[in-house]
Amino acid sequence: MASIRIDGLTKVYPGDVTAIDGLDVTVEDGSFFALLGPSGCGKTTLLRTIAGLEEASGGSISIGDRDVTRLAPGDRNVAMVFQDYALFPHMTVTDNIAYPLRIKKVGRSERAAKAAETGEGLGLSALMARRPGELSGGQQQRVALARAMACQPDVFLLDEPLSNLDARLRLEARTFLKRLQKDLGVTTVFVTHDQSEALAMADQIAVMEAGRIRQLGTPSEIFRRPANTFVANFIGSTPMNMLPGKLVGGVLQVGALEGVDAVAAGWAGREAPDGEVTVAFRPEYARVDGKGPLVFEGTVETTESLGASVLVTARTDDGQRVQVVVPEGEEPEVGAVVGVAPASGRVLVYDAEGELLSPSSSVP
Amino acid sequence: MTATADRKVRSNREAGARAGGPVDSIDAAGLGRARAAGLVAPALVLVLAFLVVPAAWTVYLGVTDYRLTGIQAANPEFVGLDNFTAALADPDFRNSLWLTLLFVLGSAIVGQTVAGFALAWTLRTVPKLVRSVVETLVLLAWILPSSIVAFLWVAYLSGDGGTLNAMLQTSGTEWLLEHPMASIIVFNTWRGTAFSMLLFSAALGAVPPSQLESARLAGAGAFAQLRDVVLPHIRGHVLTNTLLISLWTFNDFSPYLLTAGGPNHASETLPVFIYNKALYGGQLGYGSAISFIMLLINLVIALFYVRLLRERR
Ligand SMILES: Nc1ncnc2c1ncn2[C@@H]1O[C@H](COP(=O)(O)OP(=O)(O)O)[C@@H](O)[C@H]1O
Ligand SMILES: [Mg+2]
Repeated sequence: MASIRIDGLTKVYPGDVTAIDGLDVTVEDGSFFALLGPSGCGKTTLLRTIAGLEEASGGSISIGDRDVTRLAPGDRNVAMVFQDYALFPHMTVTDNIAYPLRIKKVGRSERAAKAAETGEGLGLSALMARRPGELSGGQQQRVALARAMACQPDVFLLDEPLSNLDARLRLEARTFLKRLQKDLGVTTVFVTHDQSEALAMADQIAVMEAGRIRQLGTPSEIFRRPANTFVANFIGSTPMNMLPGKLVGGVLQVGALEGVDAVAAGWAGREAPDGEVTVAFRPEYARVDGKGPLVFEGTVETTESLGASVLVTARTDDGQRVQVVVPEGEEPEVGAVVGVAPASGRVLVYDAEGELLSPSSSVP
Repeated sequence: MTATADRKVRSNREAGARAGGPVDSIDAAGLGRARAAGLVAPALVLVLAFLVVPAAWTVYLGVTDYRLTGIQAANPEFVGLDNFTAALADPDFRNSLWLTLLFVLGSAIVGQTVAGFALAWTLRTVPKLVRSVVETLVLLAWILPSSIVAFLWVAYLSGDGGTLNAMLQTSGTEWLLEHPMASIIVFNTWRGTAFSMLLFSAALGAVPPSQLESARLAGAGAFAQLRDVVLPHIRGHVLTNTLLISLWTFNDFSPYLLTAGGPNHASETLPVFIYNKALYGGQLGYGSAISFIMLLINLVIALFYVRLLRERR
């Protein structure tokens, strides 16, 4: 068990593709850490560089108090579960799980005992004599996890661990993985492009864009206070409402409305310079009853059922689109005029560069 | 109408079940025996005309004392198994069989397989340009006509101003005379490696990189990766490759172009032996008998590999 410290890590692929761009991050010992970001932002590359499968072009990686930047993958004491599980098709489940032990020259009987024990912990006891081709996707994943666990690594690395499972199994596997990680207490880094997966499983999330980390925080920090408009747009199953606004003399305006600062979260007030800003709030954190200090009048364009709730899309008189999630059965008629009122303390303000204007340290 | 059709289908199906399998696997195209036979007939005729008849003719010649010239050329006589017993007692034949074995082992099973695999394995990771150049050179050795490469090698190995002697500073060494077997083994390895290289390249391309990486993460070195990941994936390719190249090498005539079997039978592999006996010595009957023995050996090799391949599945 160990923490992972990454300093100024850079990875440039041949052909001048910068996949990781001077990245710093520390993964605490025992935490379940998600690398989240759109496709091509460098998540897999970062994971593979930690594993040693890609050589760092610059910077350093330490696991525990060992600098592993130049170590071979086999010497880093990390285990990785690949997206396709990478089980050896000609070996039985037992042999697959025991493979790392075999390479470490552990005796045959000890290997078999260890494989049986690990397999049992993951509910594989009845399948130990089968080959991977005779297993379902979920079972294969558990074999891959067992193989990773068998040699008791300092760090687990999981690349899109849920992407090859069907939707139903995915939910089960989420819960299973989270519990397993807590039981083992092994520092685990997993890659996902699915924000809901990261929010559901991780202790810490790093949101990446173009080889850099745009925000690092707990799921609730990231969900409630995205540090910039990129993260704000990326996180959440319904897109964040973003409205152009202005700062005049330290007072926030959106369209004709003034005094938005009354509802803004952790608002820094007069210290911020005047200029264009973006005012944002989540559809989940607003109501359509027109009650509150800040109300946007708008006409309902569509309503979409999300199951237990309904997504209402309205358009204001000056053409802005605002969305609100309301409980099922409380949605207004299409064409009705509603007053969209974000909850107090849930409105976020971003400057012209897209950075959050309120210091995140002042979060309640 | 429907009932009849239905009954027909059912009886067909029962027939299929009686024959030991579902109807579909017996006659998937629904052609029927006659039409199916009609479709394969042209191919069968060709096989008959160009394969079976000459083979049978060889077998026939093998039991006669047919010669290229003289009285037996006009009136070959039936001699029974005399040619075969003579061959088995002939030290030249046994020498030739031994040399052929060496030739196949040295140049095909060891030479081409190892060189082809090594090339395929190393070329995976080198820059694209290097890869293309090497592949082209290796392929050239394979596709150039035998007469041309044989001429190049004779020049290369020549004792008098040969390139090899110039490089090794061993002026005057007649490689083809002093080391005839080694020469033709190296020559055939060089000439045939392309096939193994191409086949192994394709096979290695199908080994999932994530499996190799899993092994690396577990700490497996190059040897363990080959043993535990690569070989199990390409075993079938290795067998197919070995079968094809050992048959080709067994029947290969190009050593003749370098050494003509000499000096003094020292590099006389079976095809060369047959040529020397039948066309130089004029003993067509004897040559045919040995051809037939070669045919049998080919068959045995092929059956052996097919068996191995089946066992795998
Ligand atoms: N082997 C490679 N060679 C060159 N470029 C690569 C290679 N692997 C990934 N890349 C590039 O690096 C960037 C990051 O890729 P990757 O880490 O796979 O992203 P992600 O996993 O976040 O989708 C992409 O632009 C991708 O095209
Ligand atoms: Mg990826």
